Amino acid sequence: MIRFENVGLRYGMGPEILKDLTFSIEPQSFQFLTGPSGAGKTSLLRLLFLSLRPTRGLISAFGTDTSRVTKSQLPALRRRIGVVFQDFRLLDHLTTYENVALPHRVAGKMEADYRSDVIDLLKWVGLGDRMHVMPPVLSGGEKQRAAIARALITRPEVLLADEPTGNVDAPLARRLLRLFIELNRLGTSVLIATHDLHLLEQVNARHLVLHDGRMIVDE
Amino acid sequence: MERREPALTRHEQAQRGGGPRPSGKAPKGPGGIRRSFKAPKKPVKKTQAGKRRIQKPRQAPIVPPQAVAGRALMLVVAIMSFLACLTVGFVTVVNDAATDWSNELVREITIQIRPVDGIDMLQQIDRTVALAQEFQGVGHVRALSDQETQELLQPWLGGDLNLDDLPVPRLILVKIAQPELLDLTEMKATIEDDIRGASLDDHRLWTQQLSSMANGAVVIGFGILILVLASMILSVVFATRAAMSGNKEVVEVLHFVGAEDSFIASQFQRHFLVLGLKGGLVGGAIGCLSFMLIEFLGNTPNEFGAAGQAQALLGTISVSWLGYVGAGLVVVLVAVLTALTSRIAVHSHLAGMD
Ligand SMILES: Nc1ncnc2c1ncn2[C@@H]1O[C@H](COP(=O)(O)OP(=O)(O)OP(=O)(O)O)[C@@H](O)[C@H]1O
Ligand SMILES: [Mg+2]
Repeated sequence: MIRFENVGLRYGMGPEILKDLTFSIEPQSFQFLTGPSGAGKTSLLRLLFLSLRPTRGLISAFGTDTSRVTKSQLPALRRRIGVVFQDFRLLDHLTTYENVALPHRVAGKMEADYRSDVIDLLKWVGLGDRMHVMPPVLSGGEKQRAAIARALITRPEVLLADEPTGNVDAPLARRLLRLFIELNRLGTSVLIATHDLHLLEQVNARHLVLHDGRMIVDE
Repeated sequence: MERREPALTRHEQAQRGGGPRPSGKAPKGPGGIRRSFKAPKKPVKKTQAGKRRIQKPRQAPIVPPQAVAGRALMLVVAIMSFLACLTVGFVTVVNDAATDWSNELVREITIQIRPVDGIDMLQQIDRTVALAQEFQGVGHVRALSDQETQELLQPWLGGDLNLDDLPVPRLILVKIAQPELLDLTEMKATIEDDIRGASLDDHRLWTQQLSSMANGAVVIGFGILILVLASMILSVVFATRAAMSGNKEVVEVLHFVGAEDSFIASQFQRHFLVLGLKGGLVGGAIGCLSFMLIEFLGNTPNEFGAAGQAQALLGTISVSWLGYVGAGLVVVLVAVLTALTSRIAVHSHLAGMD
């Protein structure tokens, strides 16, 4: 689905943060991306999400060479990918409900068509009673769940999650992990960047380990 | 509870559409997300079937209105619309006056008779009057009386003047009832040939000068209008850019969730359209009020010295309905320009972003 070939990345004139990455995210696969802090997990996700261009190498997403993707084609590709950001990126002036509904709204859907989906999902992640408050009054964990819900709401083909359990306690982390696994069962490829070892132990999944800019794939 | 209506669940699923999804798997999965998503659905549907939802939250604008530099820009837009309206009013006043001038002036001709030695002036005058009246379209013809001529010359030649002593030219006023019937050139030729010392003045030079002056004023007016609108457009461009920088986060998130540039542009455009409309209406309303005020002041006799002068030149100063229509058009134009400009500015800003 998304394929990397000898991809390298550096920021500006800095050192190469990612070197010679060759791997792919297969349809319906489930994998963890790990590595020490600063190893480049977030950067890799940004590459996967087409919000950053590699300094060298080839990335193809859904069969398209991303270096050939024009700006106008980008939104359509991005709608096939859901992202949970490490820093959530919720819009503070919109309610939790509106934040989660945003991908649908942006796609031009009528509110009546997605309203109950959004509400159901919010209830499922335990935000049923926080639906109409703004993110600034949410706790870290609540924001995290809202961010996850926003990434899931359109049932993307690929889900990229950056430390999705960083701010929640163990039981909730397990619950969220179950959500990801369910999503995966329904056909979404999932990639979770984390250094939460507990999380890693709970699922038998492929591990992509970043170290010194290179990737070791641990099947 | 979740299992109560699998048929509904499946049906809903089919409706959900969206991206490609492996089929067959979806409905089963025990403890599946799908089912979990659906859990509260049934009761919701049942109680509110066919009705509009009770607590339907209003969709908040994606770009917060307070993030757009509203007040200041609205003031700029209002001032610019006001100036644009004034310009339009000025142009219509001048234009109307120019039309009046040309209409009035071809309705009147002056014939001047210079004294020629050995020819009786009064006789000449009578002949001229008679001759002038023969032409088609001519209305009343009348020579200025001695009295009137004296009054006319008094400022230059003093009060006790004897017209018979001095070689003073005399004037004959020819009113033209039907300008379209009159052949001016023929009249001019005939009178100037037949009557010695006569010359006919149809005020053309004067009319031409006035109307070219009026045309100049109209051109200048439009120039000002364009400049005013141009500076308004520039302000909107700056304001849009500022709004976009101020809402970088929002734009970024919108991009991440797959928003097209045109979607983002319309989110900004909404605010600017409202803002342009408000500003334009305020400016236009004040503009129209000042039209009325000018009309009121301009036609109040002798209160303001300037009014008298202006009145003499322009006739009764009043902004015709065209001026008000123009003001209305300015308001619409301002709103449309504001919205369009912001849209284009957003697009070019997004195109420049990486
Ligand atoms: N925009 C940027 N400009 C320059 N350097 C950057 C930028 N973003 C990240 N870096 C650098 O790239 C390296 C990898 O950063 P990245 O955020 O990808 O790490 P990470 O694996 O996600 O870390 P963490 O686990 O702490 O989130 C870091 O050294 C960071 O300083
Ligand atoms: Mg990171």
